[in-house]
Amino acid sequence: MAAPLTLLVIVAVTIRAVLFRSSLAELISERVEVVSPLNSWKRVVEGLALLDLGVSPYSGDVFHETPLTIYLYHFVIDYAEIVCMIADGITAVALYLAVQVYNKNVFRKQKYALEADRYPHDCLELMQTPKELFYVPLKVAMFYLLSPFTILSCVAKSTCGINNAIVALFVLCTIKGSALLSAIFLALATYQSIYPITLFAPALIYLLQRLYIPVNLRRQSFWLFTLQYAFMFVGSLVVIVGLSFFLLGSWDYIPSVYGFILSVPDLTPNIGLFWYFFAEMFEHFRLFFICVFQINVFFYTIPLSIKLKDHPVFLMFMQIAIISIFKSYPTVGDIALYMAFLPVWSHLYRFLRNIFMVSCVLLACSALFPVLWHLWIYAGSANSNFYYAITLLFNVGQVLLVSDYFYAYLRREHHLSHGLYLKKKDGSEATLVLK
Amino acid sequence: MGLLSDPNRRRALTNLLTRLNTPICVLCYLAGVAWFMGLAFEPFTLRTYMSENAMGSTMVEERFPAGERALVTAREFGAHKRKSGAMPVDWLVKTMQSRGLEVYTQSFSRRLPFPDENKERYMVRGTNVYGILRAPRAPRTEALVLSAPCSPDNSNNQAVGLLLGLAQYFRSQIYWAKDIIFLVNEHDLIGMQAWLEAYHHTNITGMDWAPLHGRGGSIQAALSLELSSDVVTSLDLVLEGLNGQLPNLDLANLFYTFCQKQDILCTIQEKLQRSDWDSVSGYSQAVQTMALMVLKQASGRPWGDHGLFLRYHIESATIRGINSFRQYKTDTTTVGRLLEGMFRKLNNLLERLHQSYFFYLLPSLSRFVSIGYYMPAFGFLAVILLLRALDLWVQLGALPSVTEDGVGSRALPLQSSSPSLVSILTPVVISHLTGAALYTLPVLSQELAVQHFPVSETEAVVLTAIAIYTAGLALPHNTHRYSSIAKQGWRVLKLVAVLYLAVLLSCTALINFSLGFILALTLVPVAAFVTPHVPKVLSAVVMVLLAPGCTLLYCVFAFQELQEAPVSLIDGWMLFLSVISQGMLDHALYGSLVYPLLALFIYPCWLILWNILFWK
Repeated sequence: MAAPLTLLVIVAVTIRAVLFRSSLAELISERVEVVSPLNSWKRVVEGLALLDLGVSPYSGDVFHETPLTIYLYHFVIDYAEIVCMIADGITAVALYLAVQVYNKNVFRKQKYALEADRYPHDCLELMQTPKELFYVPLKVAMFYLLSPFTILSCVAKSTCGINNAIVALFVLCTIKGSALLSAIFLALATYQSIYPITLFAPALIYLLQRLYIPVNLRRQSFWLFTLQYAFMFVGSLVVIVGLSFFLLGSWDYIPSVYGFILSVPDLTPNIGLFWYFFAEMFEHFRLFFICVFQINVFFYTIPLSIKLKDHPVFLMFMQIAIISIFKSYPTVGDIALYMAFLPVWSHLYRFLRNIFMVSCVLLACSALFPVLWHLWIYAGSANSNFYYAITLLFNVGQVLLVSDYFYAYLRREHHLSHGLYLKKKDGSEATLVLK
Repeated sequence: MGLLSDPNRRRALTNLLTRLNTPICVLCYLAGVAWFMGLAFEPFTLRTYMSENAMGSTMVEERFPAGERALVTAREFGAHKRKSGAMPVDWLVKTMQSRGLEVYTQSFSRRLPFPDENKERYMVRGTNVYGILRAPRAPRTEALVLSAPCSPDNSNNQAVGLLLGLAQYFRSQIYWAKDIIFLVNEHDLIGMQAWLEAYHHTNITGMDWAPLHGRGGSIQAALSLELSSDVVTSLDLVLEGLNGQLPNLDLANLFYTFCQKQDILCTIQEKLQRSDWDSVSGYSQAVQTMALMVLKQASGRPWGDHGLFLRYHIESATIRGINSFRQYKTDTTTVGRLLEGMFRKLNNLLERLHQSYFFYLLPSLSRFVSIGYYMPAFGFLAVILLLRALDLWVQLGALPSVTEDGVGSRALPLQSSSPSLVSILTPVVISHLTGAALYTLPVLSQELAVQHFPVSETEAVVLTAIAIYTAGLALPHNTHRYSSIAKQGWRVLKLVAVLYLAVLLSCTALINFSLGFILALTLVPVAAFVTPHVPKVLSAVVMVLLAPGCTLLYCVFAFQELQEAPVSLIDGWMLFLSVISQGMLDHALYGSLVYPLLALFIYPCWLILWNILFWK
C-alpha cells in the first residue's frame, strides 16, 4: 500500500507546486474563505518583520500566531511553500496510518463478535468486509490531499495546515495508544488554537478502552489513569507555554492569541457564524453573546461523550467537525480535516438520509462564496446580507452532514444489537425515527 | 425536522416527485417562461421612485443659458478635428484652460489581439483630455465626471461643445461641493479604459497608458454624453454596463425626473413608453423594451462609454440624443439644463448612491422589476435541474437513503457507482479540454490560419472558433470504451452534468440575470430530457439547435427584430460572426466575462450532455 500513497503524495505535491507558481496563488491567498486573521501568511510575514526589528510581534493588532509558530517560521521563512506541503503530507500520512490501525481494531472486534455470535443473524450485510476496509486509509489520505479545500489552504500558505498536522499526529498517537505523545500533541494543538481541548475526552476514552479500564466513576483505576493523562496534558501545556514565555520574554502573546480567539475582535467576513452577528450587535450585548457562541463549541462534548462513550474515534471525528463549524475564525482548511474522515464512515452510507441534499448544498455554497463576494465587494451591487446568507446555509449544510453521520452511526449500532429487520409489536415492519 | 428524519413522509414526497417528475418539469418550464413574460405587464411592476433623500426633496433651478454658444463651440471643434484628422488636443487644452479648468492630457496605446473590423482599428494610439473644476465649497475628496467621446467621424461634436459650454457655466457657479471632471476621451471605450485604469492605479488588461498628472477626489457618479445633432427629439438612457452590471436605479430615476421637469421626451432602449398598458400593443411595447434590455445585459458588453465606470463602483449612465422625424424638438439649451440639474442633484449627495436597487429590469422608464420579482422566473427553470438530479439519484440503483430507509436494499450502490465515477472523469476532462482549446486557440492560431487560408485575421479568429466548436461535437466517439464498465455510467454522468449546470447557471444568474436566464431557457430542456434512449437523430438535431452557439444566433436575430431592423439570413450570419469577434475583443480589451464563461464552462457542460446522448 505504500506505492499508491507515495503516488498520491507526488500528485498532491505536483498540483500544489503548479499552483504556487501560477498567478492564482496571490488571488487565493487573499480570499477570506481561505485565510483568516489567525492564519494568514501576510500576517506571519508582518510578525516576522517586527520580530527582526526587535519589536514584539504582538504589539500591533496584526499578528496572532503563537510564539512557537513564529519561531518555526523564523527558521524556514524561505521555504514556506515546502513547509506547507510537508505539513499537508504529514497530515495525510498520519491520518492514513491512524485509520489503518483503527480499521484493524474494528475488524478484529467484529471478528470476535461474530465468533461469539453476538450479532443478530440478519445483520451479516452490515459487516465491514476486509475488501472495503483495505482501501479506506488510502481514501482518507486522498480526501485530505486532493480536497480542493486543502489545496486552496496550502496554496494560500495558511498556517491552518500546520494545526491540522498537529491534530492528525494527535489522532495517530492516540490510536496507536501512546498516552504520552497523545497528551503532548493534544497540548500542542490546544496551545495553537484552544478549541482542540475538547478532544481530551475522546482521547481519554480511547486510551481507557485500550487498557480495558471501564469508564466508571467509582473505579479507582479510572481516576488513576484520568489523572495521569490529565497530568501529562497539563504538564506539557505548561512546558510549552513556559517555553513561549522564555522565547519571547513576555506574556504579550496570551491576550493577543487566546484573547483574540475568544473575544473575536476582528469581524472580517469568513465562512463562520461570528462576524455578521457581532457586526450587527449592540455593544452591551456583546459579552453575553460571545459567551453563548463560544460555549457552543465546548458544550457538545459532554452529551456526545456520554452517548458515544464506546466509540471514541467517532467521537473524535464529531468533535473535530464541531470545532471546525463553530470556531470563531474557521477557514476551508479546517473543514478539509474533518471531511478527510468521511471515507472511514463509508459503511454508514446506506443509513445516511440527506447526503444528496447536503452535498448539493455544500457544493452550491462553495461556488456561491466567491460570486457573492464579488457582488458585494467589487460590483457593490449586493451587500453583506447576501454573503452571510450563504455562510449560514453552508454551516447549516455542515451541521446536517455531521448530524446525519451521527444518526447513521447510532442507527447502525442499534441494528447491530437489535437486528436489521425491526418488527413492531403487531408484527408489521418498524422504522426508526430520530426525534 | 420531521421531513428530514421521518422515513415515511420522506418516501411519500420522493415518490411523488419521481412519479410526477416529467409533468412537474414541464410545468416549471412553462411557469418560468410565463413568469418572465408577465414581468412586463404593468400591474405586476412597481413604479420607480427616488430613494435617495439627498436627491429627492431639494429644489434646483436650472439656468444654463448658453446652448447656442455650445453649438458654435461644437462647430469650431468639428473644424479643428477635420483639419488635424484626429482629436484636436491642443485646441481642446487651450479651450478648456480658457474656461478656467485645470487641464491635463493622457496618452495611451493599445494593440488589439486581432483587428477590429467593425471599428477598423488594430493599433490604437490616442489621447484623453480632461479638465478638473475644483470644488470651491468642500475639500476635494469627491468628484463627478461628465464625459463625451470624441469619435473619428463627424458625429458627437455637439456633445463636446455642450460639455465645454457646461464647463464654462459651471465654473461661474459657487455651489459645487464635488470636483467636476470634464473628460473628452478618444477611441471611445479604449480611451475610457485607459483613463479609468490610470485614475485608479490599476492595470487589469495590460494596456499602455501614461499616468495622470491631475486627479480629483473619489468619483461618485459619471454621465457620458452622446449628441450628434443640434436639436434632438428625445434623449435615450443607456444603463447596461460591463458584464451586465447596472448603475443604481436612482440614477435612472434622476434622469427621468428631470426629463419630466424639462419636458423632454425620454426613452429607454430607444422605445417610447406608452400609456395604454392594458392594450395588446402597449403590453407588447413593454415586453419588447424589457427583452431588449435582457439581450443587451446578457451580452455583457458596455453599451456606452459609461459601462466601464461600473467596475470601479461608480454609478454611471450614458445619455444619448436621438434625432428622428418627430415634430417636437428639444434644443441644446434644454439638454444643458437637464445635465445641470442632474449634476446639481448629484452634487448634493452625501454618500454614494446605494439606497435604490442595483438589480432590476426596466419595461419602461417609469416602471421597474426588482430582483425579488424576476428571480422566480429563473428559479422555476433551475428547479427543473434539481428535480431531474433528484430523480436520477433515486434511479441510481434505488439508493437506500431515499427509497427504503436503509433497510432491505440488497445491492450496495457504492460498488456499482464508484467505478463509474472514475469512468465519467474522461468525458468531463475531454469536454473541458475542448473548452480550453476554444478559449485559447482562436487568437493564438490566427497567424497560422491567415498563412494557409485566404481570410483576414478577424475572419480567421472567428472561423477557428466555430471550427473548434463544431469539432467538439465529434468527440463523444473517443470516450465510448469506458462506458462498457458500468451500464449506469450515463446516469452518474448526467447527475454530475445536471448539478454542474445548475450551479453554473445560478452563479451566472446572480451576476448577470439576463445571461443566466437566456442560457437556462435553452440549456435546461436539453439537460432535463437527454438520455441515451431517446431517438438519436432527432434529439441530436434538437440538441444542436439548443446549443449555446445557436442560442447566440437566435439572440442576434431577436435583437435585430426588436430593434425594428430585421436582417436577412445572410446578413444575420455576418452579424453573428462579428458578434463573436466582438465578444472576444470585449474580453481581451475590457475584461468582459461572457466569452470565457461560455467557452470554459457552458460549452463543456453542453458537451457532457452531448456525450450522454451518444452513450452506449
